[in-house]
Amino acid sequence: MAIKLSLRRNAAGGAFAGLLLGVLLAGTASAQVTQLGYWLPIYHEDFDERVPGPHAGDYAGLPINEAARLRADSWDPSLLTLPEHQCKPHPSTYGFRGIGTTRIWETRDPETQQLIKIETHIEWEAQHRTIWMDGRPHPGPSAPHTWQGFSTGKLEGDVLVVRTTHLKAGWMRRNGLALSDRTTMTDRFHRYGNIMTHVYVIDDPVYLTEPLVRTNGFKLVENGTMGAYPCRPAIEIPRPRGTVPAIPLDASTYSQEFATQFKLPVEAARGGANTALPEFMKQSRPAGQR
Amino acid sequence: MQHQNGMTTALSGRSAWLLAAAVSLALGGVAGAAQPARGRQAPAAPAQPDFSQVQVTATRVQGNVYMLEGAGGNVTVQVGEQGVLVVDTQFAPMADKLLAEIRKIAGGKPIRFVIDTHGHPDHVGGNERIRRAGAAVFGGNVENDDPRGEQGAVVIAHENVQFAMIKAENTPQATPAGNWPTETYSGSQYDLFFNDEAVQMFHMPAAHTDGDTIVFFRKSDVLSTGDVFVTTGYPYIDRGNGGHINGILEALNRILDITVPRDKQEGGTMVIPGHGRISDEGDVVEYRDMLTIIRDRIDAMVKKGMTLEQVKAARPTRDYDARYGATSGFWTTDMFIEAVYAGLRGGSQAGAAQ
Repeated sequence: MAIKLSLRRNAAGGAFAGLLLGVLLAGTASAQVTQLGYWLPIYHEDFDERVPGPHAGDYAGLPINEAARLRADSWDPSLLTLPEHQCKPHPSTYGFRGIGTTRIWETRDPETQQLIKIETHIEWEAQHRTIWMDGRPHPGPSAPHTWQGFSTGKLEGDVLVVRTTHLKAGWMRRNGLALSDRTTMTDRFHRYGNIMTHVYVIDDPVYLTEPLVRTNGFKLVENGTMGAYPCRPAIEIPRPRGTVPAIPLDASTYSQEFATQFKLPVEAARGGANTALPEFMKQSRPAGQR
Repeated sequence: MQHQNGMTTALSGRSAWLLAAAVSLALGGVAGAAQPARGRQAPAAPAQPDFSQVQVTATRVQGNVYMLEGAGGNVTVQVGEQGVLVVDTQFAPMADKLLAEIRKIAGGKPIRFVIDTHGHPDHVGGNERIRRAGAAVFGGNVENDDPRGEQGAVVIAHENVQFAMIKAENTPQATPAGNWPTETYSGSQYDLFFNDEAVQMFHMPAAHTDGDTIVFFRKSDVLSTGDVFVTTGYPYIDRGNGGHINGILEALNRILDITVPRDKQEGGTMVIPGHGRISDEGDVVEYRDMLTIIRDRIDAMVKKGMTLEQVKAARPTRDYDARYGATSGFWTTDMFIEAVYAGLRGGSQAGAAQ
């Protein structure tokens, strides 16, 4: 209001105030978000894991700890037939690796043109994420956790950098490799022409020994569309009340089967930070191929 | 099932106390007397913070319902035209701070009801102070000479809470009489209609204790669970007061029967846990799955004839310990395993409530 008044009273003062306002809002009102639009995922990375789906027991290349390994060993795919599991969307820690169109759009205050939020929506299971760009703080520890978490963002040049907390317990790979509700994530969206690279870094003190870093590629789509994705659970397999399918403790053979099928050492299938290193991969090849 | 319409009480406070005492005496202290023989363990008293340093904070959950945090269990507050309903009252030293926060939310509206989800001191410690700050409604069959004229608000709990308090009289675990419920209900359910919404109390038998109540605010669509659901660790199974892992699992499955997510297993019915953060069905599913998997593992070991030490050595909780476990304090992972084991040894599915 003070700036508005000064503009009326004094043209010179108004010009100065306008300049000052412009400087103050340079990072928000005038900054262009280059990631807006419809995007289709490019599966040039990790296609087998992302589209057909990962093999049970394949934990290779992930910096997981023993607890994560055991939990995944106990995971029974039949869990997903329970009505209360059928409509779960991917959490934001995994959703950008999934399938389906992604739409990204912005909301600005109509009067100030200040950037309020950026939203992303992935078609499969309607993964809708809000990234607050207005500088608001993250909520306290008692606030609800959601599949997409609470995200705040900023623009570093053209790069959208996002920080996410308050995530529900989710997963890092669709074969029972869990992430806890203490997970946090930082992701960065870089646009290069019609290609966008999404880099994300996940921290989980419960199931990771060090940050998990992954990248995904997207291609811009002109005149994209987005369909709805309703989901209504149903009883697919009648079971006694309270049944939770799980592999008994220490009974899983998944990793052994995966290693045998792909002629890998079992320790590669079992994952761990070292299994992501070139040195480990070199050692793990049959002797004639090193 | 007992029903209470509006604020017409079903059983006077004095009658409830006398009835509870009489039943307890007649049956030899029903709730508690049978418990000590079955693997009772006495965990160290919960660590109590410096209450003078604890602040109470309030978060609106949805509808007319708020969650208050301070020291002790979460407090649920429903506010409306008819007054205030409070679920649980934390430790006694927190009562004045809770009252101050309730007044910030509700202004001068009187506290009419207090509901105890169970009888532990971190949930009922402030009962007397908060009760006396409130006022029941009188008239008709509830005359002014009713003892509640001095008692203030009505304090409701399942009768097993009362039985346990009677049994613990003259012991170090005794609950001060001023914190006892003024009304109790028996059976599986007790209903109120208050502040323009149905408030339903469901008894969860043999779970955290044998007197657990979950409270459902139907219009606000909020469920207050007490300690049958917490987000802070493995559940405390109070074997000495009738707790059992199978009862906790039944309670969690009952919670899942009541909750309806808005979409994609998120939102909709909101859940206030006994301890920890505001949750919804998706969070309860995660907790239910974890406990079911652990129960099934230990149950399989019991059926194989493994000893408690062998079960502990097998570390059946090790994939969840970093999130829910503890190696020190009031309730350790070892104590949790011992309680699950003891309950299942007493009958693999014996504690499951129907």
